[in-house]
Amino acid sequence: METFVQQILNGLVLGSMYALVALGYTMVYGVLNLINFAHGDVLMIGAMVGLSILQLLDHYFPGLPGFVQLALAILGAIPVAMLVNVLIERVAYRRLRNAPRLAPLITAIGISILLQTFVMAMPWWGRSPLPFPQLLSSEPIMLGGAMISQTQVLLLILAALAMVGLVLLVERTKMGRAMRAVAENPRVAGLMGVDSNSVIVATFAIGAALAAVAGVMWGANYASITFTMGVLPGLKAFCAAVLGGIGNIYGAMIGGLLLGIIEALGAGYIGDLTGGFLGSHYQDIFAFVVLILVLTLRPSGIMGERVADRA
Amino acid sequence: MSLLSFDLTHQPRRARLSMAALLVLMLVFPFVAAQFGNSWVRIIDIALLYIMLALGLNIVVGFAGLLDLGYIAFFAVGAYLTGLFSSPQFAALLESVVNYHPAIGAALVTVFGPDIQANGIHLSVWAIVPLAGLVAALFGALLGAPTLKLRGDYLAIVTLGFGEIIRIFMNNLNDPINFTNGPQGINMIDPIRIFGVSLAGEAGSQSTVYIGGFGMPSVNAYYFLFLFLCIATIFVTSRLQHSRLGRAWVAIREDEIAAKAMGINTRNVKLLAFSMGASFGGVAGAMFAAFQGFVSPESFSLTESIAVLAMVVLGGIGHIPGVVLGGVLLAALPEVLRHVVEPAQMAMFGKVVIEAEVLRQLLYGLALVGIMLVRPAGVWPSPNREDRPTAALALDDEKEAAAV
Amino acid sequence: MNDQFLLNISGVNKRFGGLQALTDVGIQIRPGQIVGLIGPNGAGKTTFFNVITGLYQPDSGSFELDGKPYSPSAPHAVAKAGIARTFQNIRLFGEMTALENVMVGRHVRTRQGVFGAVFRHKAAREEEAAIRTRAQELLDFVGIGQFGNRTAKFLSYGDQRRLEIARALATDPQLLALDEPAAGMNATEKLALRELLVKIKNGGKTVLLIEHDVKLMMGLCDRITVLEYGKRIAEGVPAEIQKDPAVIAAYLGGAH
Repeated sequence: METFVQQILNGLVLGSMYALVALGYTMVYGVLNLINFAHGDVLMIGAMVGLSILQLLDHYFPGLPGFVQLALAILGAIPVAMLVNVLIERVAYRRLRNAPRLAPLITAIGISILLQTFVMAMPWWGRSPLPFPQLLSSEPIMLGGAMISQTQVLLLILAALAMVGLVLLVERTKMGRAMRAVAENPRVAGLMGVDSNSVIVATFAIGAALAAVAGVMWGANYASITFTMGVLPGLKAFCAAVLGGIGNIYGAMIGGLLLGIIEALGAGYIGDLTGGFLGSHYQDIFAFVVLILVLTLRPSGIMGERVADRA
Repeated sequence: MSLLSFDLTHQPRRARLSMAALLVLMLVFPFVAAQFGNSWVRIIDIALLYIMLALGLNIVVGFAGLLDLGYIAFFAVGAYLTGLFSSPQFAALLESVVNYHPAIGAALVTVFGPDIQANGIHLSVWAIVPLAGLVAALFGALLGAPTLKLRGDYLAIVTLGFGEIIRIFMNNLNDPINFTNGPQGINMIDPIRIFGVSLAGEAGSQSTVYIGGFGMPSVNAYYFLFLFLCIATIFVTSRLQHSRLGRAWVAIREDEIAAKAMGINTRNVKLLAFSMGASFGGVAGAMFAAFQGFVSPESFSLTESIAVLAMVVLGGIGHIPGVVLGGVLLAALPEVLRHVVEPAQMAMFGKVVIEAEVLRQLLYGLALVGIMLVRPAGVWPSPNREDRPTAALALDDEKEAAAV
Repeated sequence: MNDQFLLNISGVNKRFGGLQALTDVGIQIRPGQIVGLIGPNGAGKTTFFNVITGLYQPDSGSFELDGKPYSPSAPHAVAKAGIARTFQNIRLFGEMTALENVMVGRHVRTRQGVFGAVFRHKAAREEEAAIRTRAQELLDFVGIGQFGNRTAKFLSYGDQRRLEIARALATDPQLLALDEPAAGMNATEKLALRELLVKIKNGGKTVLLIEHDVKLMMGLCDRITVLEYGKRIAEGVPAEIQKDPAVIAAYLGGAH
């Protein structure tokens, strides 16, 4: 049984990845009132592309430092993920902007399946789990009685940088202002000269970029990726977004980190709490239990929801 | 589709003829297909069970407009219940209780007796089916209860969560007390025995079932049973649709606030939708377990929930003939493709370029996306009547109240 | 126990966050009357309606129907107690036929459940036939009897309004509460609506209605209550209301 500090650390690592993905969900929900069910699969695409880049690098430029390889993998995965997400919006969701709300959700489910099918069908990816190379030293860093790997430290740093960057974008730039306006009231924003379509495209793109980072780091952290890897983390990230307050990017960050910690602590202590009846295999349940509790007790989440007035 | 009609109210003669023709076709099918090997009939057997699932889900999604993404949980409940009470599994359960808490274990053994301790419980189909239906209905109400005030997409994710929770429990409830035997699942489940005749055939008969002097392969015997159950399901759901309750469901789907204002207790009516839908899932699950002889958690994942939803959506949400068609297309077609496409690719290319599994997923994905973009009412929607939910849950409650 | 009033409501307060939408509002309606609720936009008329019919929970208030207290806690309970309503923005069950819409109105006065639906025993069949007959009667009563089999969303605007009234009548209410039934109607349609409302009143029903068409109200209502900024500023027969200075000020924006 790991120490409390270790579990908190594990939780922060897991939570950082949830936070990155939750941001994508929350931003899209904020402007479109749509759950992009396929967002978890964008994480998976990011991981897959990252892996392919690493394989190519290994083939054509062997001997590059691990850190550089990871950086290139991430930099390469980001544009592909952005393209995929933007295409999805353009081809599927845009046509369903005014459809009853279940139609986009059902379509999103279909898109999720298609993304997985695509990866399944590509001979260089396929159906079986693929090993993700360990590029950074596996020597753990000791931190107050707990261990953390270099990969995990990098993940925390990247996640923090991404979140800070996003906050700066949203609060300080013109595009960020436009995003906030559309998130509040798209029609009025349009009247003020904001092109809500380009804002929506930007929202999808940014979300995808964050998911790509999470995807590559997920692979680096767990050393294995597979075409179904995005589904459950995606759903949990959505639960995290609701926990923090859907549509609220600070909420997504807090919710993500909090959910990661809840899962880590829960998995660690559930055996004790239930007298050995439930074990750590039940870890995946926590996210859904949290979701149900939040929606029943405090539906607007920890930091309050911010959803567009699309009346 | 105008030649074929199942609309009893508006085209009674044509509907009756269509149904009769279809019935004859269905009755003759296994004898014809058996010429080409048992696998075709087996495919349809499983397809029939999925059609039952789709019809059950149609009550929840199609009639009442509640997007349930965890429906397969009820299939699992029925299947695992059968696994527990129609196989040696209960013996394993007792053993695990004895190991965990000897005093309680000993007490239970005294209650159940040495026969059950050695062999487990083996309820007959006449007990298992109602039990599966009832327990599933109970779960339906339990899982539906927290969702009653949620708006459409949140309801979907919460039901999905419940589906996952059930699956995780099924996968892990083997320690310390062995209810479900974990990832390995439960096997040696009894086949169905009706009036003394086992549908798996007696030992040594090479899976041949003898009724009177007449013998047929086991898959054919199951076929007729499942066909009967399917027809019963169609009958019951159709009666429900055209009744006071069915109208209440559609009213909730169309405008929940107006439905409440007209005196409909939406909480109870929604719970009824969940329960009734779930009960069909439970019965189908019991049949599935007995047919296969084993159950394992991997048959009850999110992928399956989505597959059943795809059948309902593709076929024609709310329209029973459409849902049946959707079930046939998405349950049978992928299997048929697998038998046809892979050998064809082998013959043409010498290897399998596109695996059948990929094709199946492709079919489901394209079905969902394509239908929503091109023909949201489904491939065979109801002919411009109240069955068609083009406005399912358009607004959430707060906005509705404000607009009132 | 005051059995003179059919509907006796008093002391209703409702606050939405920082906005006090209703302050100590009440209304008293005698059986067989048509009572109007008027006031400038934003006065709280629909909010009051929503409170009476259970869509909003009031912060305080006492509610009595036919001498018995009723709890406005849930819309379906209110309908069962005997208040049926229509909506400002017409809320029909669009995909159902007109007849089916009215049949849904019979739900609260009928009983058949799952058993009856599946087995269709004699009692169930009889109830279903009675529902259908009554629904057709009501469609005839409001004047759209020939549109029974038309899908509701394809009816004309005026016919949709009638359908909503027929559906509300199907619940056998003691009080029929109509939220702006004449909205969007032209003069001819309003005349027809007026005739229908008189017909309903003559059939013994009590009606409460919100309307903006002051002329229509003055000619139709037995009594009128006026709201402004969430408070009741006047109540009386139309002749009194027309002359009331507070009312005139509210509509024409006199000195406050």
